[in-house]
Amino acid sequence: MNRSLRPLLATTIIFVLAYALAVSQYPGLLSTRVLGNFLTDNAFLGIAAVGMTFVILAGGIDLSVGAVIGFTTVLIAVLVMWAGLHPLAAFAVALVVAAAFGATMGAAIAYLQVPAFIVTLAGMFLARGAASVISPDSIGIKHDFYTAVSQTYLLLPGGGRITVIGGLMVAVFVLGALLAHRTRFGSAVYALGGNPTSAALMGVPVPRTTILIYTLSSTLAGLAGAVFSLYTKAGYSLSAVGVELDAIAAVVIGGTLLTGGYGFIAGTFIGVLLQGLVQTYIVFDGSLSSWWTKIVIGGLLFMFILLQRLIFSASAPSRKALWKA
Amino acid sequence: MTRLSGIFLRPQVAALVAVLLMNWLLFPDFFDLTWRDGRLFGSLIDVLNRGAPVAILAIGMTAVIATKGVDLSVGAVMAIAAAVAATLVVGGQPAIVAVTAALAAGLLCGLWNGVLVTYLDMQPIVATLVLMVAGRGLAQLITEGSIVTFSDPVLIYIGTGAFLGLPMPVVIALALLLLTTLLVRRTALGLMIEAVGVNKGAARLVGIPARLLLIGAYAFAGFCAAIAGIIVAGDIRGADANNAGLWLELDAILAVVIGGTSLLGGRFSIPLSVLGAVIIQAMNTGILISGLPPEFNLMVKAGIIILILILQSPLAAEAFARRMPKRKTAPRERTMP
Repeated sequence: MNRSLRPLLATTIIFVLAYALAVSQYPGLLSTRVLGNFLTDNAFLGIAAVGMTFVILAGGIDLSVGAVIGFTTVLIAVLVMWAGLHPLAAFAVALVVAAAFGATMGAAIAYLQVPAFIVTLAGMFLARGAASVISPDSIGIKHDFYTAVSQTYLLLPGGGRITVIGGLMVAVFVLGALLAHRTRFGSAVYALGGNPTSAALMGVPVPRTTILIYTLSSTLAGLAGAVFSLYTKAGYSLSAVGVELDAIAAVVIGGTLLTGGYGFIAGTFIGVLLQGLVQTYIVFDGSLSSWWTKIVIGGLLFMFILLQRLIFSASAPSRKALWKA
Repeated sequence: MTRLSGIFLRPQVAALVAVLLMNWLLFPDFFDLTWRDGRLFGSLIDVLNRGAPVAILAIGMTAVIATKGVDLSVGAVMAIAAAVAATLVVGGQPAIVAVTAALAAGLLCGLWNGVLVTYLDMQPIVATLVLMVAGRGLAQLITEGSIVTFSDPVLIYIGTGAFLGLPMPVVIALALLLLTTLLVRRTALGLMIEAVGVNKGAARLVGIPARLLLIGAYAFAGFCAAIAGIIVAGDIRGADANNAGLWLELDAILAVVIGGTSLLGGRFSIPLSVLGAVIIQAMNTGILISGLPPEFNLMVKAGIIILILILQSPLAAEAFARRMPKRKTAPRERTMP
């Protein structure tokens, strides 16, 4: 069996087992209603996590995701409520701004050769700061479009609802998977994550790909911001704090190797669902406090990284580097 | 290597002087110091006092970054240490036990990070992410979800007291700075840490105990985080698992970067990192007293990081000194400091 499929398989098995265990305790969990809520409640996280998957596949990291989501919600709220723009036009403006922001960060990483970690950290400060400069207070959004979207859904048998934002997340995952596995850009991302020097020698346009990757990540974060604003019907500069960490956790739990080069968009989807499951379980239980979510997700993160280490230990890049030295 | 005589010529010192002068222009009483109730008061002292926790974090972070690592968990470790100390004193333990236990908890967290990085070969950013995510949950587990308040005089003295006229946090930060600087610069320790940061494999081959040093660096960062956590808890007379040290890891990393320590490892200066922390706090205070909304704080910080990044980048280095050979750094090494 293909070795790179193993972490994905492990994640899927663990999700199915965990879900079965949760259902055996609370049979109510096994309903399309709960599944529909999984999608709706985690839509913004899922969309952001698709972008993060591309970044991590290429061996990078994007810490600005949560801040971009927060900035986008504020920008949309201001455009809709103060400037009187139609929400769809506001979404378009927000996506363009987010894309430009990502392209700038990508260019800094590609041309200044500064660690992605620190560039996106600066981006995070900038986006959060800009959001709170625009409006430090939460702005409620009242618009017919928002009401219409929240009342539109696909009814599943059993009373479950696939909302617009839940469906959008699934669509983004499908498109993301196609982009990763069926296009030239996708191959370039994997090549870059595997080994940038050989990628460059093989003719992968490294700077262009790097810029595109961070543009994609920020654009998807912008889309996640639009979804978040539809979800909460408000724009607030401090919304979605720490989402970048949840997104990274989802990507890692989904079996993508943090050194880049290996991984699947589909795995990230399961990673997002697994986090949703942990949260839903804790809500169902009622006696467990919400801080257990953090501990369990931290524990899962650790377990999956350990699993990856065991599976890939033979080809661990740092080990190779050690012998080269 | 930073010689103590050369430190005054550093750009960081110029930056600090510029920020302080700006503050002075905005607020002419900025440099006024008064002596009251056996301690100094004034804006300058306030900058040092508020900057002390980040300075202490930055000391530990410098050691980690010098080994080409990064520790994202220091904020969460602060919360854990604060929770341990507060819960113990509320439970009737003497302060010395509480402080020792809190420091031990920090050390343990650091050791955990160190073992993950060294023996499981995880990238530092990921290994410490685990504790960053789970740590706050653990802290809440210790405090059982509430903010534990205490009235123990010793803990409060650590957070708000004064020694020789200086606030206790400043005294602790200065003592730690002095001790670590002497330790790394008067022994071969600093050189060995730099060797590990440049090339772990080569360092091991020349006989440097690279793994021990790596674990030591993370343990030290955890220990420093615990000290900062105790100070912050003493300052507010309570342990708030949700907010103690929140996002301070980013300030600490920023302080280290401003101090000129290379994120690629192999070059570090603890005094300059502390200076970086003071610059950040002087900026924060400046923005507050200038009447600008505090929201600008983050944007100003971002602007400064960008400026430093451009100055530190290999591109700029090439432009400044043509003798440097063109670096072909792999993105993996670039992106995972």
